Amino acid sequence: MDKVRQVSVFSENKPGRIQKITGIFGEEGINILAISITSTNGFGIIKLLVDKCDLAYEKLKEHGFTVKLSEVLAIEMKDSPGGLHEVSQILSDKGINIENAYVYVVESRARAYLLVEVKDIEKAREILAGSNLNFFRHEDF
Amino acid sequence: MIWNKQAECMPAHELKSLQLERLRETVRLAGENVPHYKKQFADMKLKPSSITSLNDISKLPFTSKTDLRDGFPFGMFAVPQSDIVEIHTSSGTTGKPIVVGYTRSDIDLWGEVMARCLSMAGTTRDDIIQNGYGYGLFTGGLGVHYGAQKIGATVVPISAGNTKRQIEIMRDLGTTIITCTPSYALYLAESAEEEGLLPRKKIKLRAGCFGAEMWTEKMRDEIESRFKIMALNIYGLTELIGPGVANECEHKNGLHIFEDYFYPEVISPETLQTLPEGETGELVLTTLSRVGTPMIRFRTRDITSLHREPCKCGRTVVRMARITGRSDDMIKVRGVLIFPSQIERALLEIKDVEPQYQIVITRPHHLDELEVQVELSKKMFSDEIRHIEEFRRKIEDNIERTINLRVKVSLVEPKSLPRSEGKAKRVIDKREI
Repeated sequence: MDKVRQVSVFSENKPGRIQKITGIFGEEGINILAISITSTNGFGIIKLLVDKCDLAYEKLKEHGFTVKLSEVLAIEMKDSPGGLHEVSQILSDKGINIENAYVYVVESRARAYLLVEVKDIEKAREILAGSNLNFFRHEDF
Repeated sequence: MIWNKQAECMPAHELKSLQLERLRETVRLAGENVPHYKKQFADMKLKPSSITSLNDISKLPFTSKTDLRDGFPFGMFAVPQSDIVEIHTSSGTTGKPIVVGYTRSDIDLWGEVMARCLSMAGTTRDDIIQNGYGYGLFTGGLGVHYGAQKIGATVVPISAGNTKRQIEIMRDLGTTIITCTPSYALYLAESAEEEGLLPRKKIKLRAGCFGAEMWTEKMRDEIESRFKIMALNIYGLTELIGPGVANECEHKNGLHIFEDYFYPEVISPETLQTLPEGETGELVLTTLSRVGTPMIRFRTRDITSLHREPCKCGRTVVRMARITGRSDDMIKVRGVLIFPSQIERALLEIKDVEPQYQIVITRPHHLDELEVQVELSKKMFSDEIRHIEEFRRKIEDNIERTINLRVKVSLVEPKSLPRSEGKAKRVIDKREI
């Protein structure tokens, strides 16, 4: 099971914030694979799965953003009807609660990853080790 | 209508001699019984008997809100607590409120001056007064109440808020006089329009006394034209008595100060020198007949000027111009006095919050809104939004506990608020009043 890290960025909910981030990524040649945005009461957290997460972290920090790197589970699923159901069925059978999730599509209509945040990632990894789930492979970047 | 012709239309020389007599008595009472003044007079080697003319008032020390706070709770009282029949408080700078006490005669005095104010709005015993000032520790509600009772008018103690019921009461009971903050009056006008009561149908409102916050002639025009009533400006402050220090007559040409009870001066907030009549500066007031908590040269921080040209109404007492600002950083939101430092303290009580904040005051829909923008600190950041939201709520709750007013807290990005080298500009007042 390869470790996958996401970049979380604090942002006020106002025009131009995403554009600032994508501008930095464009300059540094960082590719965004998946993005999730949650907001409440005027602020939000942007979560990004990128190909060069350490570089993204450094550059965002340099530009004054409040950033954090954290680990997520990247579970392979079929990009076809029933794909997410299969994965979520296994997670629920194993008693794993999804705190937050978003999707990275690798090959449209063929293969995608469900990026899952859980409370205790080490424990989740142990529990899922014996399951017939496939996890992220680095060559997919 | 003049409630007390003898007092309000007194010839100047008579008024002066009455003021001097009462000033001397106040200084004696304070010097002998109020711990704060006792000590201050002793330190200054000031003998109450040395006050022999009204000009001698400049020998007396100023009293500030800080003095009242330091005396918390009963350090400013001139009589034993058993002689006090009522207490009111107002917010102080460090969380502790300031406390004022009223003896039976103080309550009488309060009713008297408030009766004068309400009479200026034409109130008689036939009127129904809808009192929309808050009842409780705030002086607005009970002050108006005592004045209304003195006149014998019918008072509806509805207190502040609950707009829907305010409108119903106004319609169903046929309210003729209303008392509330001017911004709330405009809010009520809006609701009354929505309910189809305006333009004037089914309401009998005739006049109102509006105060407890800064307002303008433009707001007056709006209240008057929307309700088709006479809107008068009322002034007062807890430290002196509450509402009832001054009120406009129907000529709306400045607020008549009830000089037989309150002695006004205008000083320069920089040099602290008394300014000549007509010049603009900070209003300083001395109580002349208060017994519970006599106040000597209290610095109101309100900016105004005094005028003695004769008024068409026949009153001889001095008039003060509409308040145009304050000489300190205190802000008044929905009638509540707030120091930015109170908000800062409430912020810093929460672990991991840094003192990078800004207070933005706006007035959408005629009601003041206070927003506190707080920069997210490194330690507050989490990639779980609910943890950050928890911080935000905690800050909101703590500020509410401190200033007794619900505010909106917005978290902003680190280093996004303007930094300044001197005194930080903490308050952005966007109210167009």
